Amino acid sequence: MLTYTLRRLLGMIPTILIISVVCFAVIKLQPGNFTDQYLEDPRFTRETADAIRRQLGLDQPAIVQYGRWLWGVVSRFDFGYSFFQNRPVTSVIGELLGWTVLISGLTLLVSWLVAVPLGIYTAFNRNGLGAQIANFLGYVGLAIPDFLASLLLVALVLSLGGTNVGGILSSQYIDAPWSWPKILDLLNHLWIPVIAIGLEGVAGLMRQMRASMLDVLTQDYVRTAKAKGLPQQKVIWRHAVRNAINPMISLAGLSLPALISGTIVASIVLNLPTIGPMLYTSLLNKDQYMALTLLMMSAVLLLLGNLLSDLLLAWSDPRVRYS
Amino acid sequence: MTAVVAPPEVARVPSPLALAWRRYRKSKLGVLGGWMLLILYLVTLFSPFLAPYSVTTQHEAFSYQAPQAVHIVHKGKLSRPFVYGVKQGRDPVTFARTNVVDRENPVYIGLFVRGESYRMLGIPGSVHLFGVPEGQYFFPLGTDLLGRDLLSRMLVGGQVSLTVGVLGVLISFGIGVIMGGLSGYYGGRTDNMIQRVVEVLLSFPRLPILLAISVLVPARWPSTWVYAGIVAVLALIGWASVARVVRGQVLAARQLEYVAAAQALGVRDLRVILRHVIPNLSSFLIVSATLALPGYIIGESTLSFLGVGIKEPMTSWGLLLKEANNFETLAGRPWLLAPGLLIFLSVLAFNFFGDALRDAADTQSR
Repeated sequence: MLTYTLRRLLGMIPTILIISVVCFAVIKLQPGNFTDQYLEDPRFTRETADAIRRQLGLDQPAIVQYGRWLWGVVSRFDFGYSFFQNRPVTSVIGELLGWTVLISGLTLLVSWLVAVPLGIYTAFNRNGLGAQIANFLGYVGLAIPDFLASLLLVALVLSLGGTNVGGILSSQYIDAPWSWPKILDLLNHLWIPVIAIGLEGVAGLMRQMRASMLDVLTQDYVRTAKAKGLPQQKVIWRHAVRNAINPMISLAGLSLPALISGTIVASIVLNLPTIGPMLYTSLLNKDQYMALTLLMMSAVLLLLGNLLSDLLLAWSDPRVRYS
Repeated sequence: MTAVVAPPEVARVPSPLALAWRRYRKSKLGVLGGWMLLILYLVTLFSPFLAPYSVTTQHEAFSYQAPQAVHIVHKGKLSRPFVYGVKQGRDPVTFARTNVVDRENPVYIGLFVRGESYRMLGIPGSVHLFGVPEGQYFFPLGTDLLGRDLLSRMLVGGQVSLTVGVLGVLISFGIGVIMGGLSGYYGGRTDNMIQRVVEVLLSFPRLPILLAISVLVPARWPSTWVYAGIVAVLALIGWASVARVVRGQVLAARQLEYVAAAQALGVRDLRVILRHVIPNLSSFLIVSATLALPGYIIGESTLSFLGVGIKEPMTSWGLLLKEANNFETLAGRPWLLAPGLLIFLSVLAFNFFGDALRDAADTQSR
C-alpha cells in the first residue's frame, strides 16, 4: 500500500509540471500585463510604469518568468509575489486558508450528514410520500446554482428584517477576542453560505446514496441475511448500509477540490474572506503569480483527491487491493 | 406456375425505439420535463413577439419601476384587464424623484398591439402579443436601472441561455467523439497524446479553469463574438470527459467481428469509427448529452453573472441576475431576481427529461 501511494505521488509530478506550464500559458495569453493599468493613470509616467515593470520582472520573456517562478517554488517554497495585494502569494493564501477550510469543511460535513440518511431513507421507502418529496427537493437542489441560492437567501433574510448577511462576522466582533457571542454571530453568518454551497452537493450525494443503496438491496447476501432470520435493523445497518456506503467513501476524496472551487461564486456574492474570490480577482487583474498558484492549487487538490478516493476505497472495501 | 405466397404473419415486435418511447411515457416527471422544455424553447423562439418591449429600449422615467399588477376590478366594477398607470412625482420631503401609482385612470391591456418593430426568425414585425396604448407603459415584471422592461429582457435572454448549452454540448460531444474515437481506434502514440491532453483538462475543477479561459475572451469584441467565445470555452472544457468514455467503448468495440469485417472490406478508418462504432453508442451519447446540458446552462449563467460571460447589448439570465448582485437591490428591488426562476425551470426540466431518457434507454436493469 505504501509503495502504491508513493508511486502514485511520484507519478503526479510530471502531470503537475505540465499543468503548471498550461496554466501559465493560459494566464499569459491574456493581452497586456499587470502594469498596463498604470498607463491609464495620469499620476504615472510611462517611465515609472516601465520601471515598475522591470522591477516586477515583467519585461523578461514569459519563459524566463515561468522558470524563475518554478525555481522559487522548488528551491525555497516561494510561490511568487502578488502584485495586486502587494504581498507574497503564500502570505495572502495563508491568511484566507483558515476561513476557507472552515466554510468548506462545515459545508461538506453538513451536506453529508443530511444527504446520507436521506439517501438511505428514500431507498427504503421508494414510493412513500416522504421519499417522493425528498426526491423532488433533490431535483430542486440540483436546479439552483450556488449564486442564485446565495442571492435568494440574502433576499429572504433582508425581507424578514435580518441584517446578518454578507461577510463572516458583524463589525463589532471582527477584532474582538473569541467568546460565545462571537461564535454565535459567526454561526449566524455561516448558515447562508453553508446552504448555498451545499445545496447542489446534498442533492447529488443523496441520489448517489440512494442508487448505491438500491444496488445493494438486490444483492444475494441481503436476501440471505433476511432469510436466516436476522432482525431487520441488523440487515439494514450491518449488511446493506455498510456495503452501500463504500462507494460514497471514495466520493469523499473527490470532494477535496471543492475546497477552493466550491466557494468561488458564493464567496463573491456574500463577500466572504475565502480563497475562491481571490482567484477571480487575480485573473481579472492579471496578477499572474497569484492566479497561477491558485489554479495549480485547485489542480493539485483534484489530483490528491483522486488518490485519496482510491486509497479510501481500498481501506473501506477489503475486496479492493492495489499492489 | 406458382401462386403468390402471402408473406408469413410476423408477430409484431415493437422496435427498440418504440419500447424506449413506451418506457419514457411511463415517467411522469420525464413527460413533464419534456413539455416544459418544449414550452421554454417555443417561448424563446417567439420571444420578440411575446415580449412587450425591445431588450434595449430605455424608459428613462421608469428606472427601477416595480412590477405592475394586473387588475380586473376598477372602482368596484368588473372590467377588462388593466393596470394602473404611473405618474411621476417628487417626494415632498426629499424631492427625490418617485413614481406614484395613478389610481384614477386605468390603462387597458390590449392583445396583438402594434409596438416597437422587431425581427423574428428574419421576418420583420411590429405586433406584440399584449401591450398598452402608446404613451402609456406596462411593465409586468418591473424594470432595471435604465428602465428596460425585465420581462422582455428575460424572454429574449432565453435565446442566449437556452442555446449556449445546446451548442456547447453539440460541439464538445463532436470533438469528444472524434478524439475518443481516434484515441481508442488507433491506440499507440495517438492514444497517448490525446490521453495526455484529456488528463490535463480533467485535472482542473470546472469553475477555475472556465474562469481562467473565459477571461481570455477580449472585452472589446462585439457581443455576438463574445457569445461564440463563451460557447467555445464551454465546449473546450467539456469534451475531455466525453473523449475518455468514448475511447473505452471504442477499445471494446474494436475487438468485435463487425468491425473486423468492415476493415476487411477496406472501409476507411474514420468511416469505421463514425458509421460502425459510434452508432452503437448513440443512446449513451444522447442521454449523457441531455444530462450534461444543465451543467452548460449553469456554466454560462455563472460566467455571465461574474461578468466574464455574455455582455451587453446581448442579454442572458445570468447577466440579468448580475444586476441583482448587491444587498441594496436584494432588499428593495427583489423583482430583479425573476430571471433566476427561468434558470431554475430550465435546469429542472432538463434533469427531469434526461433522467427519464436514461431510464428509457437502459434495457439492462429491468
